[in-house]
Amino acid sequence: MATKASRAAARMMIAPSVILLLAWMIVPLSLTIYFSFLRYNLITPTGNPFVGWENYYWFVTDPSFQAAMLNTLMLVGGVLLITVAGGIMFALLLDRPMFGQGIIRIMVIAPFFVMPTVSALVWKNMFMNPVNGMFGQIATSLGFQPIDFMGQIPLLSIILIVSWMWLPFATLILFTAMQSLDQEQLEAAEMDGAGSFSRFVFIVLPHLARAITVVILIQTIFHLSIFAEILVTTNGGPGTASTNLTYLIYVSSLLQFDVGLGSAGGVIAIILANIVAIFLMRMIGKNLDA
Amino acid sequence: MGQIQLNHVSKSFGSVEVIRPLDLSIEDGEFVVFVGPSGCGKSTLLRLIAGLEDVTDGEIMIDGKDATGIVPAKRGLAMVFQSYALYPHMSVRKNIAFPLRMAGLDKAEQDRRVNDAARVLNLTDYLDRRPGQLSGGQRQRVAIGRAIVREPAAFLFDEPLSNLDAALRVGMRLEISELHKRLATTMIYVTHDQVEAMTMADKIVVLQAGVIEQVGSPLELYRRPRNIFVAGFIGSPKMNLIGGPEADRHKAVTIGIRPEHIEISEEAGAWEGTVGVSEHLGSDTFFHIQTAVANGPITVRAQGELGLQYGQTVYLSPRAEHLHRFDSKGLRIQ
Repeated sequence: MATKASRAAARMMIAPSVILLLAWMIVPLSLTIYFSFLRYNLITPTGNPFVGWENYYWFVTDPSFQAAMLNTLMLVGGVLLITVAGGIMFALLLDRPMFGQGIIRIMVIAPFFVMPTVSALVWKNMFMNPVNGMFGQIATSLGFQPIDFMGQIPLLSIILIVSWMWLPFATLILFTAMQSLDQEQLEAAEMDGAGSFSRFVFIVLPHLARAITVVILIQTIFHLSIFAEILVTTNGGPGTASTNLTYLIYVSSLLQFDVGLGSAGGVIAIILANIVAIFLMRMIGKNLDA
Repeated sequence: MGQIQLNHVSKSFGSVEVIRPLDLSIEDGEFVVFVGPSGCGKSTLLRLIAGLEDVTDGEIMIDGKDATGIVPAKRGLAMVFQSYALYPHMSVRKNIAFPLRMAGLDKAEQDRRVNDAARVLNLTDYLDRRPGQLSGGQRQRVAIGRAIVREPAAFLFDEPLSNLDAALRVGMRLEISELHKRLATTMIYVTHDQVEAMTMADKIVVLQAGVIEQVGSPLELYRRPRNIFVAGFIGSPKMNLIGGPEADRHKAVTIGIRPEHIEISEEAGAWEGTVGVSEHLGSDTFFHIQTAVANGPITVRAQGELGLQYGQTVYLSPRAEHLHRFDSKGLRIQ
């Protein structure tokens, strides 16, 4: 790819895919932005006049917006906390030689292959249901009042379900990183007088730093748009207790039939995601340089 | 103090016996080199002394105290690894200070010792860099620095020079020897390179297949190898080993003669042969000569240039006083 001619040829050849991908992104994005400035409600078919920032104003001042923002942050933060901490622990466990290593490793990865709707329904009906669910049964058999997960702690329940699904992902990435740790470094630290906890803090954890940032970045991007799990379990409720930004946009545009309002929410979500992405990219960029 | 005594130490991995029961004593301040071909168990032996592996049987005494069951950190030994095993996310200063930090020394004392070590090893200008920004030789010195600051009873080196290029290796060899002279601390050094063993050691331990073949000073091993293995392993180029009728003539099963102990002449000598490949080093020339007495070529080391041509007929005469004789078990005949 050195000569001018070959570089031009290369550009021509990758052009179709680049143009396709660009259109794939640009068309829906521009339509969303366009709709967000229109009064576009499917219930009031009085034409779609241009209304400026009105949709944004109503979306942001809606009391459920604040709740949704908070829930989004708690959902992302909570899942990240559980998956990263749990992932590190699982990676440490899997790193040890044990009987049936291959099968155990596959089983740990398994939850990741289950569809979000399926796993959320399984959790909702078979584990978290206060009457028929396993947790409810256990609580009842021990004489305790069973917890109504979806009613009393809806957001935490969703965090637990999503964490269960994403723990394998974090484990997989962190476990791979763990395996690339030079054993001589651990031995050197052992000779230097570091106990197992010090070895973990001073050697293992810094070694995993890069993998941890990768896990955080990828998971944040996915968790900002969690939807299926909420739809099939709590429907955003009770009230707005488990409504996140994605779900609020769904409510606006598909339950209240206000396409304009929903589009405004979508644009806000895009901006939010980009702010997070830039922030994380910087953080990771710093980490990847070293 | 750094007196180390191995009593009947052995090591097995499963059913494979890597180290056969052996006894070895290392005196305080000695520079001991474990040398042998790869897979002979020399690194395992070092790791047993370090405590990174548990002995299967026997006991390890350090300064007269039983250290067999003691954890590595408490044995008072410091180790330099083949890969250096520096902590990549810490600066050089933090790397060197790590053992002190783990020992709970206060900051001022840590700084003092790190600066001392850095001065000794010419690392003062690099203290704030990361290991990734250093050259191979500098990393090596950081690894040594991390070992020095602990003021250990003995240093353990596991093939520390094998990742360096040839020129640097010679330099580091000298530096380590000099360090040993200055610190006068016991050092145990593992290598597969007999040149490193010969040049650095006070005492060489030659290992093969988990068995100690011979222990002695470099010159002892050079002059009086106990068996054929040691004879062939120590010395470069390798000793010529000749069997058959020529050995019978000397009442031995195998005779050995080093390349530097053979006279080469164009007129007359004991063995007639034709010149094969010659390697010219300037100061020396190594000739590989085909003869009737030995199966392979006989290597001869001659000083300077002799101007012999490929295919030319020459005569070789081994110097009788340097002839080594071995019996049917490969042991030296006195």
